[in-house]
Parts: sequence; C-alpha cells; structure tokens
Amino acid sequence: MMLFLRQAWTIAAKDLRSELRTKESLNAAFAFAVTILLLFSFAVDVDPDRIKEISGGLLWMVFAFAGALIFNRAFARDLANDCLDALLASPIPGAALFLGKTIASFTLVLAIEMLCYPVFGLLYNISWANHFWTLAGVTVLATWAMAVIGTMFSTLCVNLSLREIMLPLLVYPVLIPALMGAMLLTTQLISGQPISSDNQIWLRVLAAFDIIFTSLALLLVETVLVG
Amino acid sequence: MSEAALAVHEVWKYFGDFPALRKVTLRVDPGSCVALLGRNGAGKTTLLKILAGLAAPSEGTILLEGKSPRDAATRSRIGLIGHGIAVYDELTALENLEVFAQLYGIAQPREAAREWLRRVNLGHVENGKAREFSRGMRQRLAVARAFLHSPKLLILDEPFTGLDDRSIGLLQALLRDALATGATAILSTHQLPEAMELATHVALLNRGQLAFAGERTAEMLADPNWVYKHYGEAAA
Repeated sequence: MMLFLRQAWTIAAKDLRSELRTKESLNAAFAFAVTILLLFSFAVDVDPDRIKEISGGLLWMVFAFAGALIFNRAFARDLANDCLDALLASPIPGAALFLGKTIASFTLVLAIEMLCYPVFGLLYNISWANHFWTLAGVTVLATWAMAVIGTMFSTLCVNLSLREIMLPLLVYPVLIPALMGAMLLTTQLISGQPISSDNQIWLRVLAAFDIIFTSLALLLVETVLVG
Repeated sequence: MSEAALAVHEVWKYFGDFPALRKVTLRVDPGSCVALLGRNGAGKTTLLKILAGLAAPSEGTILLEGKSPRDAATRSRIGLIGHGIAVYDELTALENLEVFAQLYGIAQPREAAREWLRRVNLGHVENGKAREFSRGMRQRLAVARAFLHSPKLLILDEPFTGLDDRSIGLLQALLRDALATGATAILSTHQLPEAMELATHVALLNRGQLAFAGERTAEMLADPNWVYKHYGEAAA
C-alpha cells in the first residue's frame, strides 16, 4: 500500500512540476475562467442579490469548462516522446498512475478555483466567504468529482486526434449530479445561508459520487490503458 | 528444458480487420540476444509492444519468465527503449531518471540516477533540462532510463536509430554487460551490422508472420543481409 501511494505521489509530483514549469494548461484555464467571469459581468445587471442567486451556476460552469483544459493535458502530457509507454512498461499499477494524475489535476483545478473566488467577489461586489470552510469543503468534494471523471475520460481520449472536443462531450453528462449539487450548495453558501436540511442530501450525493467513481476508476483504469 | 525468458505462442494482433501479427510463435531462452528483423510494417514494433505489456494480443499468449507481461514483478525486470525516447523535456536529466528510479522502487533513487548520468557521460549536465540537450544527449538519457533498474529482459525497438558513433558504442557496451550478467535481449533494428555483432539469435518477420527464427551463424555475421536474402519477402 505504501509503495502504491509513493508511486502515485511520484506521478502527481512529476505532473505538477512539469505544469508549473510550462504553465500550459494553468495559464489557459485561468485566462479562460477570468474572461468568462468578466464577460458575464458585462452581460448581466450586477445586482448583488440577483448575482447571489446564480452564483453557484456561474462559478461551477466556469470551473467545469476551465477544468476541461486541465484534464485534457492529464495524459496528453505523457504522449510527447512516448513517455506514456515508459510509464506503462514500468511496474507502477495503472491505478497508482491514475491516482497520481487525478491528484495533479485536482490540485491544478483547485488552484484555479482559489484564484477565481476572489476575482468573482471583486467583479460582482459580493462577499463570498461568509461560510468559507463549508464552501471550501463543497469545493473540494466537487472538484475531486470533476478530477476523477476528467482524468478517467482523459485516459480514453488520449489517443484521439479530437480529444479536446471529445473530452468535454464525455465528461459533462457524467458530471451532472455532482455539478448540480455543487451549484445548489454554492449558491446557498454565497447567499450567506448555512446548508439547509433539505440540501444536506446534496453533500451526501457529492461524497457518494466521489467514493463510487473513484473506486470504479481505480478498478477499470488498467483495462482502459492497456486493453 | 529451462523456462523460456520469453515465450510467444500463436499470437495474432488485429488493427480493425488488418492482421499486423499472424500466428507468431517464438521462444527465447534466458541469456539470448535476439535480433528481430523485418521490413517497415512487418510487425516488429507491434510484437515488441505486446512483449512489453503495452498492448494486448488479439489471440494467443505471451509469457515472460512464465508470467504475464502485465504482472508488476515481471515489469520491474523489463528495460524498454521504444520508438520515442521517453524523456520528459521540461524535467532535468536528474529529475527524469529520479522519477523512474522511484517508480521501479530503487532504494536510493537520487544516487542511482546520478550514478547512471555519470555512466552515460551526462553527469556534468544533471540539472539541465532535457529539452536543452542535443539529440545524442537525449538518447543517452533514454538509454540510462532503460538500464537504470538493471533489467533482466531488454526490449529495444530500433535502439541504434539516430545515435552517433559514441552513443552506439555506449549502448553496445551496456548491452554486452547486461548479457554477460545473464540478461535476455530482443532488439528490432534496420542497422544489421551492429545487431549481428550482439545477437546470439535472429528472427525475421515478413508481413506479420515469422519467416525465420534460429541461431545467428557466421554467415549472417559475414553478410548481415543473409537472412533477408534467404528468408525475406523476395526469397519467399
């Protein structure tokens, strides 16, 4: 188990180091996210009460689209020089490889989100951090859901020439339950209310989504990678 | 009969309807060095990818030392040089080797990486990024990556292609050392003289079928094209 985790961490550290040096997907994702937030602020009446009502939807649409740019690179990064072949020929289990890549994608998307919340607050003049730790918890749960599904489908799309188009088409339908939960909960938290008892179910949906899809992905990824 | 280092039994590989490999059966004994020959498109790379566990055969079985190529213990004994050099451009030479040393569970990954960089004459640029290296330096780094964990089965796909004389000499020396310690090697190549010097056995693929497999003879060493002349597509 320790070896498994060490191998997963080696992959995550390698991917994060590579990304921090090139900033290929980080720059693109952050620029994309800020552009959407900025354009949307011109498109709608920036009335704080109205914005709070749509804040969850707006933010998670931005996170999901920006995330796709990062997930696309999860395995594509290893295509150059056939590095993926060397990884697959090494004794690292497919599940550890997948877990490492998911951790890297999760960290990068989370970093984008951490930058986007203050930008959102600034552009729309909204105090978004009233329930900071609860919002952070919801963000972590939903981001892990996106990272697992995004990285899983990234393994499927890695050899497709149209992977930039195919990946979002495959990822978003599967993510609907997690995104719905994240949007509802985020809207409530940014509106300054604690999570109501009616909406507690969405927290459980997010947690269950994470557990089920992480387990499924870890079980199936070896077959997806090698056949 | 001892257990084969590598046993290929009636392997077929289809890409769509096209059979890239057709009922290939091959046995390689421990300590052998097999030169896998064949024209472009003969199926050499496909066979080597299946041997390395990078693809599954459509039919047939592959056993490396009696186990599946996807077995983790088996993979820890394989050294692979594929078509690509498998080096991360944005990482330094040391980081590149350290990543793989960690994945192979080498006890002191950084020290092992440094030692191999010295062996391939890259010790002085260990903190240089791979993208800044010349082609020859990158290929020496790829050679170090493949030999880092002292593999017992070397799968080398056209390892001499694009190498300068110095790098060819280095790779040949490393291969000789590995073979002297009992390692087994299978290498595909179009550079016949270099391959014949190292090979103990030769196998020839013609359009996905094994046309010849046997010991390398003095005739083959004297005329590296001997196998093609007698068993190649033109001879068939």
